Amino acid sequence: MTLQHTEELEQLKRSTPARIGTGRAGSRPTTRELLKLRCDHAAAVDTVYGRVSQALLDELGLFSVESSAGDKEIYLRRPDLGRVLPESSIQNIRLRCIHEPKVQVVISDGLSANAIEHNLRDVYPALLDSLQVHGLTCGTPFFVQNGRVGCMNAIGDILQPEVIVLFIGERPGLLTSHSMSAYLCYKPRSGMTDSNRMVVSNIHQGGTPPVEAGAHLGTLIARMLKQKISGVELLL
Amino acid sequence: MKLTVTYLGESYRFHNLKELFAKANEEKSGDQLAEIAAENARERMAAKLVLAELTLAEIRNHPLLPPEEDEVTRVIEEGIDEAIYEKIRNWSVGELREQLLSQGEDEVRSIGRGLSSEMAAAVTKIMSNLDLIQAASKCEVLSHCNTTLGQRGRLGSRAQPNHPTDDLQGVRASIYEALSYGMGDAVIGINPVIDTTDNIVRLFHETMDVIHKWGVPTQNSVLAHVTTQMRAIRKGAPADLIFQSLAGTERGNESFGVNLSLLEEADQLIREEGTAKGSNRWYFETGQGSELSSNAHHGIDQLTLESRCYGLAKRFKPFLVNTVVGFIGPEYLYDSKQVIRAGLEDHFMGKIQGLPMGVDVCYTNHMKADQNDMDNLAVLLATAGVNFLIGVPMADDCMLNYQSLSYHDIATLRELLRLKSGNEFSDWAEKLGILQNGRLTALAGDPTLFM
Repeated sequence: MTLQHTEELEQLKRSTPARIGTGRAGSRPTTRELLKLRCDHAAAVDTVYGRVSQALLDELGLFSVESSAGDKEIYLRRPDLGRVLPESSIQNIRLRCIHEPKVQVVISDGLSANAIEHNLRDVYPALLDSLQVHGLTCGTPFFVQNGRVGCMNAIGDILQPEVIVLFIGERPGLLTSHSMSAYLCYKPRSGMTDSNRMVVSNIHQGGTPPVEAGAHLGTLIARMLKQKISGVELLL
Repeated sequence: MKLTVTYLGESYRFHNLKELFAKANEEKSGDQLAEIAAENARERMAAKLVLAELTLAEIRNHPLLPPEEDEVTRVIEEGIDEAIYEKIRNWSVGELREQLLSQGEDEVRSIGRGLSSEMAAAVTKIMSNLDLIQAASKCEVLSHCNTTLGQRGRLGSRAQPNHPTDDLQGVRASIYEALSYGMGDAVIGINPVIDTTDNIVRLFHETMDVIHKWGVPTQNSVLAHVTTQMRAIRKGAPADLIFQSLAGTERGNESFGVNLSLLEEADQLIREEGTAKGSNRWYFETGQGSELSSNAHHGIDQLTLESRCYGLAKRFKPFLVNTVVGFIGPEYLYDSKQVIRAGLEDHFMGKIQGLPMGVDVCYTNHMKADQNDMDNLAVLLATAGVNFLIGVPMADDCMLNYQSLSYHDIATLRELLRLKSGNEFSDWAEKLGILQNGRLTALAGDPTLFM
């Protein structure tokens, strides 16, 4: 039984993205709503297991390394392995990257390859522009397959940047499967925890627009460098 | 204490209770992540065989986490009814299982009062899923706030009208949706996005406003950190319930920013300044795995730690306890089999310790589970006599980004199993014409009814 579309119902539906006023068939959902839920779930599952395309990495000049998690199944069960890098990745980063950069940019698929596909083309150039405005230089950016937020520490130990920015795909929801977060840390090294980091989350077209996020991140980084700190102690 | 067994021609020796408890669990990715799980199916069974022979006194006399090191252990110890314990202390865990399955309801509830959280966990490890359903269904646990919850034949529901920006109109629209399906009798409870005092005050007022305007027999809750709620209540916010997430160790609670003395302070505040009529004024949430995620597990398995949460919750005589079973992710509960098992374990362990247990039958998108699995678990729990279930519009929580049950699902369970919503609420909904004999009427499911 589909509900009658009245102006009152539309008004309620406009006020929330929650799936309200959807009608029913007996006590069960309508066919349309039931299948819509399953479709959205399918999209979310696929993005967890998806891969960032080589084309995107090439376009933005990113080389790629793996975390110690290996494949997605192990990645999901072992968050600890997503925080560390195998010797081959460490060597690769050591060889190909500028050491001790002012700002190191790293990108990882995390739990949503889609998030990177949808947002990186906008957020990355916007960040570079913003850094330039603040007179800040970047090291050699790269991509980490199956990374967790904690891999910032491992990369910090290798390259000793002043600030690191990690763009990473968030756990997908049904409303959007392409929400991305940016984590920042001043002097990332082993032992740093969430309280040492800043995060700008919910970066996607329906949340914080990626271009805006890029500009905002540049300002945040400049502030971290000035105060020589990040995390809960940074004054905003 | 005998920690060895010979089974299928192989000898097994467990070094201590902690190791034995962990290895006797059904397979859970969280125990594997902690590197304490059984190596294989045979070792798991060997552990269960050894555990079934231990006496309750042996478990009590060898604490997994000594009372001098942990305040949760001390609370659990103080919560044991010593007279009952004296009568059952020489029972083996295997015998306890048989007593729970063969005795009547009053006896089972009485046995529960003599158990520590570790004993409840131990027997759970050797029970089958149907055992857990059968034993839990014997434990009717009533709790009283503005309304009474938990009577046999009733299935309560929490309306969870979350909104990604805490928009008041959006929250209100979502509450209307819930009420139109006869949901929200256990609580109208919002998870806020913004944990500031002013925002929490606003949300307490908004929920109470709808409750008053329509005379809904229920209670409100805003699931911010307990300290934020306390500040809001001191500023005059109308709160029927006070909420907090619990862990099963002192260190785990520290990572949640709480400890026993803070909980006691909050308890006193809600007793003095809360708006509810009844005496049960806490809403607790728990879930297997949270201690490991904050590295506060002391090498103890996640099922036992979950049981310890209930031992702590018991102290505060809560109105609602909810295990958010599938929220934490695949590194703790990998797939639907593990989530379903954990849901039944938690519900039983809470009920046998005298708690008004509800379950958030849920999963995240990076877990190997889907809505069909939730249908299954919901039927099992409703059969087991769960006090309440969490409902969100069409199962999709648009703020927390996970899936639970739809209001449709809870309405269907009530129809199928001939269960009704809470007493007073049920009368209210029948009077409004949303329900008739507990079933949805033609009017039901239309949120504009409340505009």
